[in-house]
Amino acid sequence: MTRQQILDLYFMDARSKLIDIAAFLDRVDRGEGEPDFRLDAFRKALAELHRGEPVRAKSVLMSLSDPTVEPIAKAPGKGAVGAWEMTKSE
Amino acid sequence: MRYIEPHGHMVSRVTDDYEAMVLAGCRAVCEPAFWAGYDRSGPEGFYDYFCQLTDYEPKRAAKFGLPHFTWLCINPKESEDTKLAEEVIALIPQFLDRPNVLGIGEIGLNKNTRNELQILERHIDLAARHDQLILVHTPHLEDKHKGTRLILDAIKADSRIQPGRVIIDHVEEHTIAMVLDAGFWAGITLYPESKTTPARAIDMYEVYGGQRVWLNSACDWGRSDPLAVPKTAVEMRRRGHADETVDQLVFQNPIRFLAQNPRFTVR
Ligand SMILES: [Zn+2]
Repeated sequence: MTRQQILDLYFMDARSKLIDIAAFLDRVDRGEGEPDFRLDAFRKALAELHRGEPVRAKSVLMSLSDPTVEPIAKAPGKGAVGAWEMTKSE
Repeated sequence: MRYIEPHGHMVSRVTDDYEAMVLAGCRAVCEPAFWAGYDRSGPEGFYDYFCQLTDYEPKRAAKFGLPHFTWLCINPKESEDTKLAEEVIALIPQFLDRPNVLGIGEIGLNKNTRNELQILERHIDLAARHDQLILVHTPHLEDKHKGTRLILDAIKADSRIQPGRVIIDHVEEHTIAMVLDAGFWAGITLYPESKTTPARAIDMYEVYGGQRVWLNSACDWGRSDPLAVPKTAVEMRRRGHADETVDQLVFQNPIRFLAQNPRFTVR
């Protein structure tokens, strides 16, 4: 597809998601209390969008991933939260 | 349009979903064993579930003329309890001869623990001893990249397993290359929030090639869409992909993998 065709197909969708992210960050700013590690992780992942090559999706995912390599001793629970907290490693 | 749903948890869907899938062109549905949303109290709960997957559910699908196949295992979310997991694994061989069983799945990791890994290795051994296909679930969100690496290492460590007989499901942009490079099949799961959207799935198909890739909805009791595969096919056409290319990805590819078990047939 040409860049023009991609814009025609996906610009409005991406624009809407971009404004959603902006509104989410505004909402967090207006909120009270201390945020947990996910906000920092989110801001760090946002910086990956400035990359000049088409590896942004992968880079955002890697930025939010557990970088350790060894299996852990015990499951802290069943769920995942979408970002990795450095202090929770063994 | 015609397509295969290679990963749907139909026990948690309503009968109307079967009808909608058939109307959309679904020609076969495959259902891996998974977590029920709560922990079962013992191996008997899994025995009943395996009966449901091999007896009741195919009958429900047959009412709409839809062939139903299944995969058996204890899912990684309940594998942390290794004693329970061993008891469940011991139940599986008696079900492997049932006519709709395709292999062992969806096995894998959830929180990447030592116990989960130990039970994953037991499942790999079970599949090797019974010459079964393998369907692998990779962990969620922040745990996916690390878990996918651990899973690939565990499978590669067993020389009896041919990578072409294993599908690693729920790949995303940061895991698909390592899966395909190692010779495995890759499954892309279409979810409204986590995993991938139709647009990202097609991106991956375009960037990494579609020879050993399938699409699935992994519809279950959570937010998910049993029609995600045909909707993605429509999206492919909007991008200008030819009908033959779409058919290859959503129909011919899953058949090529699944028909390695001769029980899998589609009309
Ligand atoms: Zn599943």
